Amino acid sequence: MVDKIRWIKKHIRLWVQILFAAVSNGYVRGFLEGRIYRGKGKMICLPGLNCYSCPGALGSCPVGAFQAVLGARNFKVTFYVTGFLIFVGAVFGRFVCGWLCPFGLLQDLLYKIPFIKKRKRLPGDFWLKYLKYVVLVLFVIVLPLTVLDVAGQGQPWFCKYICPSGMVMGALPLLAVNTSLRAALGWLFTWKMVLLLLILLLTLWTYRPFCRYLCPLGAVYGLFNRISVFRYQVDGEKCTKCGQCQTSCDFDIAVYETPNSSECIRCGRCKNVCPVSAISMACKAGEKKEKNTVSL
Amino acid sequence: MRFLKENRAALLLAAAGVVLMVLGTGRGETEIILRKAINICMECIGLG
Repeated sequence: MVDKIRWIKKHIRLWVQILFAAVSNGYVRGFLEGRIYRGKGKMICLPGLNCYSCPGALGSCPVGAFQAVLGARNFKVTFYVTGFLIFVGAVFGRFVCGWLCPFGLLQDLLYKIPFIKKRKRLPGDFWLKYLKYVVLVLFVIVLPLTVLDVAGQGQPWFCKYICPSGMVMGALPLLAVNTSLRAALGWLFTWKMVLLLLILLLTLWTYRPFCRYLCPLGAVYGLFNRISVFRYQVDGEKCTKCGQCQTSCDFDIAVYETPNSSECIRCGRCKNVCPVSAISMACKAGEKKEKNTVSL
Repeated sequence: MRFLKENRAALLLAAAGVVLMVLGTGRGETEIILRKAINICMECIGLG
């Protein structure tokens, strides 16, 4: 029984990720016929980086939707997508990245492939992790707002030049069955393919490099990690600062010091390995919460 | 009650998020998102 519970605890995140990706991309006909779902459900954003050009996608990508509204002639700010990001961030924070993002799932699966020597951090990690904020400000906000065509419309710069999710979830399945799209391939496709392959190769070496260094959605949700309903707290009376949480963390976060680091994707591994069960989800802690808790 | 107290900031922000979503829907942003999302996004798939 104990073994069964341990097995469930160990694999539950993977099953939630698979189930959520399958349900939110459940328009199977799209994959078979090389076209995308055109229902009204696409007014609603999905929480993760889920390209709306994925043939199966039943909802919209929040980053794509954000740029679509910003780039429209009549709007220079989007209340709807900003509100959505604030709502999801305030409730879940980066829990979304760890449990509900299909591109995160892909990276998790690739990271399981044995590789020469896994590294917890890439060289320059301290600075590289701020790159996602640059991507957010520049490619998701500033460029779509300021670089306009003759009709006064902006482009989705992040989707166009960076997003690897669009390539994996949108381009590859569509191009596999849609011959007319294949005829239109050019330099942009080559650029995005090279970037995708680079990210996937890096994923074999280090854990979730895209989430850590480039994802604008992770950058936004990370800002909410400290206050979100789904946040961690460490019981200072129980914690012995043994460091097992940090050792088990693929992002190398010192959970006993900063349980709500903006990099934490709430995978829960630190909680599972803590020998004294000092780490808990704040919203579940209830009466157990004592003084001396660390919740930074 | 304790839950509300401990998550005051998050719940206030979540409520603000809902208000913004309602405002955005009211001024037709969801129509723009729908229009973009029901057509293949050429930029997303690297075709331009």
